[in-house]
Amino acid sequence: MDVAGLVTPLVRMSGITKRFGRNVVLRGVSFDVYPGEVHILAGENGAGKSTLIKVLAGVYGDWEGAIEYFGRAARPRSPVEAMRLGVSVIYQELSLVPAMSVADNIFLGRTRGRGGFVPRAEQRNKTREVLQGIGLRIEPDTPVENLPIAAQQLVEIAKALSRDARVLVMDEPTSALTAPEVDTLFSLIGKLKREGRGIVYITHKMEEIGRIGDRVTVLRDGERVGSRPARELTDAELVRWMVGRDLGPGFSPAAGSRAESPSPAAVAGEERLRLENFSVPSGQGSARLAVEGVDLELRAGEIVGLAGLQGSGVSQLLLGLFGSYGTNTGGSVYLNGRKTVIGSPQDAIRHGLALLTSDRKATGLVLCRPIQENAVLADLRRLAPGGWRAPARERAAVDALARALRLKAASLEMEAGELSGGNQQKVALAKWIQTGPRVFFLDEPTRGIDVGAKQEIYQLIHEWTAQGIAILMTSTELPELLALSDRIVVLHRGRVTAAFGRGQATAESVLAAAMGVES
Amino acid sequence: MANFLRLISTKALAGPASRAVVALLLMLIVGVIFHADGAFYRIGTHRDALRQASVPGILACGMTLVIISGGIDLAVGSMLALSAVVFAMTAVWWSWPPAAAIAVCLAIGLLCGSASGLLSARLRIQPFVATLAMMVFARGLAKTVSHGAKVATAVQNPDGTYRYVSLPPVFRWIDSRLAGDNLSAVTLIFLACFAVCWVLLARHRWGRYLYAIGGNEEAARLSGVPVAWTKTTAYAMSGLMAAIAGICQAAQEQQGDPEAGAGYELTAIAMAVIGGTALSGGRGGLGLTLLGVVTIGYLEKILSINAVPEASRLMLTGVIIVAAVLTQRRRNT
Repeated sequence: MDVAGLVTPLVRMSGITKRFGRNVVLRGVSFDVYPGEVHILAGENGAGKSTLIKVLAGVYGDWEGAIEYFGRAARPRSPVEAMRLGVSVIYQELSLVPAMSVADNIFLGRTRGRGGFVPRAEQRNKTREVLQGIGLRIEPDTPVENLPIAAQQLVEIAKALSRDARVLVMDEPTSALTAPEVDTLFSLIGKLKREGRGIVYITHKMEEIGRIGDRVTVLRDGERVGSRPARELTDAELVRWMVGRDLGPGFSPAAGSRAESPSPAAVAGEERLRLENFSVPSGQGSARLAVEGVDLELRAGEIVGLAGLQGSGVSQLLLGLFGSYGTNTGGSVYLNGRKTVIGSPQDAIRHGLALLTSDRKATGLVLCRPIQENAVLADLRRLAPGGWRAPARERAAVDALARALRLKAASLEMEAGELSGGNQQKVALAKWIQTGPRVFFLDEPTRGIDVGAKQEIYQLIHEWTAQGIAILMTSTELPELLALSDRIVVLHRGRVTAAFGRGQATAESVLAAAMGVES
Repeated sequence: MANFLRLISTKALAGPASRAVVALLLMLIVGVIFHADGAFYRIGTHRDALRQASVPGILACGMTLVIISGGIDLAVGSMLALSAVVFAMTAVWWSWPPAAAIAVCLAIGLLCGSASGLLSARLRIQPFVATLAMMVFARGLAKTVSHGAKVATAVQNPDGTYRYVSLPPVFRWIDSRLAGDNLSAVTLIFLACFAVCWVLLARHRWGRYLYAIGGNEEAARLSGVPVAWTKTTAYAMSGLMAAIAGICQAAQEQQGDPEAGAGYELTAIAMAVIGGTALSGGRGGLGLTLLGVVTIGYLEKILSINAVPEASRLMLTGVIIVAAVLTQRRRNT
């Protein structure tokens, strides 16, 4: 669709700069949306897409630059103000109240009525109108939690439309949808375009960019790399725009690229883990599987990197292997050549598996308990076989771990929550190393950690593989993944789209596969 | 002077143990102020305070375990009554040997507690709701079993007349005083319960599981902690404590009263909370609860020697609980 320079954009952002303290997250970014277009916003994790959207939606008040909403300069101080200006955002984690009805959700915060009483009949009729407008045939009184995710998303869109949104921002809307549901969403988007609305669409998926995108803008490290009509931008170029940079500051040659010097064990290591047609349920009220048909093998002393963007299923794969979903997983898992069923985290630990979760504060550590307690938590069955604990034995074990991991803490009785991010991660790693695992799953092992601590963790990972531990790790930092992994497996929408052997992977090829480009 | 006080208060309120000690000291000071014509200084007053705090104290031991795991047990008062009634029936009316009567009561306590635990841990019903249901159910069961009347030494004959049986010696043993009338057997039983719970919490891996679950249940689960089983056994322990408390209560009152223990769950919670065990879970301990038991014990005694009416007592207890929780709130730096 051609965008002539004579038409006024619905929204024009110029020179947007946003800082968080000393951290510059957006630098002089310009972005606009014209009526009747779908403008794709693309970029790796951390490129600044979410921040840009939040600036537009009035979530942040303190940014530099200017925004024109429908030709008039404005600086909304809250999302409500931005909504009144005609911009609505549909976030990935839908902002509906599950227990309330569709009508109540749509009119949330805007219930008009005398003396605070809700005019139910009026709301119900208006809701029915809006729902009809988008082709959704459900009763306005249905509680939202009874609806499938796809329908909930459409309710969110209806909510935005009922507020006369002229610009809709959709953040990865298809991550929880099946193919026919995606079709429904796309035909609705087409209708919204014909009505002259503008859509900002954030996605990682190459096939979607080609299918509904009119224009594409790529952000990288907080800066706008470029904008192009979608038809004119090739997949390769798009990937290069997203990725083209030197290896990040967090990576040092000292850690060594494993592609050049594999550990002796990796070359001759025996098979520790093999997956055949492994699948993991989505469990979001969606019929989709989070992970589907994955074949994978992992040998002693090897590091296999799992690459994947948001929604690719890498974390779910690791959780599913660890027994977090019980026996709901599909396919077969072989440990040391023998078919095994892992039905719970306890099972997993007993079989020599360990999982460092992606969010140490939420699922990795008990923040209100001392380091000492956290470090032995996963191994109590071995440290206290009859049930009765031997505090001296535990203290000796944790002392050894603290030394091995170079943990910096005033005392091991400090609460885990008082430590820095890097030290917290070391406590979590210590907990798992204590169990003596043979296969170690690392989900984002250096997330939110300073450069120095990252180096130490890379060193530890190398040491562990030298001891014969097999490692399956994920990371959204491509340079880190490329440097650490012996082999890389790429997931896109829960399926393996590429597998790279030793030294074969490049940042572009991995990202392209992660975005679903057919190779 | 202001700086001095500020320094003292910062140090004194630094850790949960010191805060609990401060609470106890404040309570003793209050006792000195409201000494009711010197009644507070009599040795008998202190003796009684401890003895009267023992039965709720037993409940507080089990309650502490449950609260640390992130839950709450509202049913302990009712389970106490059920146990008291069953103990009186089996030991007095049916003349069972004491060991058998006690065993049955303990079994019932374990059963009710486990039921609450299963509802909460496996069926994922909120502990508040699950134990509220058990509270009502157990009370109803106690009244049904006792036909709504106190189970005492008067036994109804088939023809409607009454005969009197004597109280079995076990009642007197439990209610007896030792060490020259200064220590009651019930207090010893309380201390024994305290010791058992303390050692489980401090020295058994089950105790560590409780803290982990209360602190971060998901992290505990992913660390291989058997969450459902641990939670269930925590409630089972609470039920066991309630059963023991019921037996002591029956012995002290020389009857099994189906209305006994009403409101005791709140006293038990107050004892745990004043001691410093956080209702949010993951923090606290039995040593702290012991301080809380003594503090609340003195509170009740001070109110009683000053002849404060029942209604005012309840209001005062409510105010004190809020004050205790506020001072327990951690100062986040």
